[in-house]
Amino acid sequence: MSRLRQRSLTWLVLGFGFAFLYLPILILMVYSFNESRLATVWSGFSVKWYGELFRDQQMLEAAWISLKIAFWTASAAVVLGTLAALVMTRMRRFHGKTVFGALITAPLVMPEVIIGLSILLMLVSMGQVLGLPSKGVIAIWIAHVTLTVSFVTVVISSRLSELDKSLEEAAMDLGANRLKVFFLITLPIIMPALVSGWLLAFTLSLDDVVIASFVAGPSSTTLPMKVFSSVRLGLSPKINALATLMIAIVSLAALVGWWLMYREEKRRQRDMQLALQENG
Amino acid sequence: MAADNPPPGNGKDTTNATTTKAGADAYLRIVDVRKEFDGFVAVDDTNLTIRKGEIFALLGGSGSGKSTLLRCLAGFEKPTAGKIYLDGQLLNDLPPYERPLNMMFQSYALFPHMTVEQNIAFGLKQDGLSKEAIRKRVEDMLALVQLGKLAKRKPHQLSGGQQQRVALARSLAKGPKLLLLDEPMGALDKKLRSQMQLELVNIIEKSGVTCVMVTHDQEEAMTMATRIALMDQGWIRQVGTPDEIYEQPTSRFAAEFIGSVNLIDGVIDEDESDYVTIRSPQLPVPVYVGHGISGFEGQEVSFAVRPEKLGIGKEEPAQQYNKAKGVIEDIAYFGSHSVYHVRLPGGYKFMANFANVQRWASEGLTWNDEVWVWWGDNDGVVLTS
Amino acid sequence: MKLRDLIRKATPGPRWAVISVPYLWLLLFFAIPFLIVLKISFSKLAIAMPPYTPILEYVDEALTLKLNLGNYAALFTDSQYVQAYLSSIQIAAISTFFALLIGYPIAYVIARLPPSSRNIAMMLVVLPSWTSFLIRIYAWIGILKNNGLLNNLLMKLGIISEPLQILYTPMAAYIGIVYAYLPFMVLPLYTNLVKHDQRLLEAAYDLGAKPWRAFFTITLPLSRAGIIAGCMLVMIPAVGEFVIPELLGGPDTLMIGRVLWNEFFNNRDWPAASAVAIVMLILLMIPILIFNRVQQRELEGRLT
Repeated sequence: MSRLRQRSLTWLVLGFGFAFLYLPILILMVYSFNESRLATVWSGFSVKWYGELFRDQQMLEAAWISLKIAFWTASAAVVLGTLAALVMTRMRRFHGKTVFGALITAPLVMPEVIIGLSILLMLVSMGQVLGLPSKGVIAIWIAHVTLTVSFVTVVISSRLSELDKSLEEAAMDLGANRLKVFFLITLPIIMPALVSGWLLAFTLSLDDVVIASFVAGPSSTTLPMKVFSSVRLGLSPKINALATLMIAIVSLAALVGWWLMYREEKRRQRDMQLALQENG
Repeated sequence: MAADNPPPGNGKDTTNATTTKAGADAYLRIVDVRKEFDGFVAVDDTNLTIRKGEIFALLGGSGSGKSTLLRCLAGFEKPTAGKIYLDGQLLNDLPPYERPLNMMFQSYALFPHMTVEQNIAFGLKQDGLSKEAIRKRVEDMLALVQLGKLAKRKPHQLSGGQQQRVALARSLAKGPKLLLLDEPMGALDKKLRSQMQLELVNIIEKSGVTCVMVTHDQEEAMTMATRIALMDQGWIRQVGTPDEIYEQPTSRFAAEFIGSVNLIDGVIDEDESDYVTIRSPQLPVPVYVGHGISGFEGQEVSFAVRPEKLGIGKEEPAQQYNKAKGVIEDIAYFGSHSVYHVRLPGGYKFMANFANVQRWASEGLTWNDEVWVWWGDNDGVVLTS
Repeated sequence: MKLRDLIRKATPGPRWAVISVPYLWLLLFFAIPFLIVLKISFSKLAIAMPPYTPILEYVDEALTLKLNLGNYAALFTDSQYVQAYLSSIQIAAISTFFALLIGYPIAYVIARLPPSSRNIAMMLVVLPSWTSFLIRIYAWIGILKNNGLLNNLLMKLGIISEPLQILYTPMAAYIGIVYAYLPFMVLPLYTNLVKHDQRLLEAAYDLGAKPWRAFFTITLPLSRAGIIAGCMLVMIPAVGEFVIPELLGGPDTLMIGRVLWNEFFNNRDWPAASAVAIVMLILLMIPILIFNRVQQRELEGRLT
């Protein structure tokens, strides 16, 4: 294929692809500034919906709960996910490994209604036997961790399997036992993957409505649950405002993250060039 | 000169009698070590004795088992059978971090998130030394490898040669009883290699550490090692000093592995106590070997003679044996020397090396010239395997 | 010496601690719950807390196991259920197909970009999925409504005179699923395609193959693992989707996720919901196992 045709095909595909992905989001953001309540007819620029959003106590409370849950979910998921990734990439065959592998990969595709229902029923049964509450913030946390740990494991596994094994062997050779090797060598090197995993789990938790609906108690309504119930009733510009805020935050974070990585990469390249030139 | 050809390599230490004082100064003993992976035998009942202060090379191609054996020494592989003793201490049950040895990896494995200083200090920190002691030792190491100015740099800011030195310094920092080198020159480009080989040997000798290195590069082994073990498919084929292996290979494998060699098949004609003659269909006259061997008349053998031992010229040499006539088929010019490929009427092709300052060059030997090649009575070796 | 060795061998090392923590968590909160769901699917609806009858009863020194098959019977006899299952699979399959159709060119094109552009492009593809799923579906409501943006645009352009009924029809669900799951299709495809050796194609061109032929005979087969992973990542969760058919689909958009939700939340019939879940699981078992095989190899770092 000629260079020109290839180039224009690329632009065409990417153009349509990104338009498809981003137009709905952009439309959402634009209409958050719409004066009129009708979220599809433009009547003028206004930021009043943002004000309404911040005055909505219930919404703010739900947001706070969601953020808390997401934070603790991500943190627990990273710990479990790192352990799971270590098992998948560093350990040779042991008796339960295939089952373990299945347990790790199945949640990636399991429909959320099934996960939500099953965990609720599990917690209810446990509650009958142990007398623990089966709904509420802790329950949501448990469910979210279970949901997200697989995703985190995928991210960390991919980094771990790329890691040069001889780095860990060298550390052992120099006198560090396996525990020290992990904390002094492996962990610092795979840290960026841990951060990615944490952010991924955070997002997944923050975004979940189905599972939370099953296990949330009366006083633990999450933000997505609130949004969902609001949206079922119809369009609401307040939701547009919320959406815009979330998109803006995520985009900003992504931009910052990307810029930091870009700068780091440029610096590394410069260093390597310097070393080559010196040729000591 | 050894009076007898040693029996073909079967894992036993085959160096000649004067150098084997078994047990007395054996610093590293590898006893009947065997390593299997799922039924595949990587290392097959090997025995080696390495003396204190030696630089010992395990030389072999891929699949020879040399790397596996090295990893068994380091503790990254557990031998299926056999024992390893270092300075009298049994190593088998010790994990890598408890063994008094250190390894320099082929990829150097420098910790990317630490500076040169921190890399070198890592092992010392694990031993719990005081900050001051660590600092002093790191300084000494940096001076040893001449990298003092680069202490604060990170690995990606160093060139390949510099990284190698850091790796070496790091592996010597703890003053180990044994230093293991895994393809030490593997990651360097050719120009750096020869220079670094001698430097590396200097540093190792200066620190007085006993060293086992693994390499597939015969030049590297010959240059750097005091003794070499030639490995093939899990077996040790021959052990000896570089010149012993080169001049007295004990098998076709050993003869062919190191350098180039002319190998001629023949049959023992006369077998006496102080000489042997060999008849070969390739050669017009028999081969005369000026020493006795442990063989018998009628035995099928190979005769090995190195290219640089051959004489070449247009006139037939006066000697009665050890000569052949052929046609120059190829001349490979290497600048410092040329290799003449001489095709004999029987089909065999001799290789003869000449440094290009010899007067043969002026004799104008060129393609399709008819020439004689000849060699002396003790220039070659008789091989029975 | 001997005793110490014996103790060392008997006590589980740190290796087992590493394995057991995630193992136990997942067993407890992922695997065993399925057994509980199975147990309750044999139960009967009851006005009680929890709202189902126990299946194991100890009465008059007799232990009876009562397995109520009524829930399952209902699933097979009531046509609504059967239709919902079939419809779910149909919608999921068709959506997956379109996601593949749209996602493959995108992944392919990005994989051919120079390395620096590649990462930015992939980041842009994945970025929308970091923003709320719920909100992105919500966005389509405004677009697909009868007096929504799409219809208004088409009418203004004169292409149609009557608004197209898209929202609250299965069509909207298709659009929603493709939209929401597109990044999940592109990502594994891209990961696979980017590893392809360009020289294979060059060799093909050199031997006289036209671009399309080279694509079908070389690139496509080599990307098989990526296609399977992408399709599984979209289709399996799509079968059980709830939010998309609920917000975008209409009353005739029957999806089994909705059925489960309704049984649980509207009818408060936990046993029925459980039965629906179990049958869904059985239907999805084979695709899940296929995905599991492919994914495990990826996790361990082996190249397929």
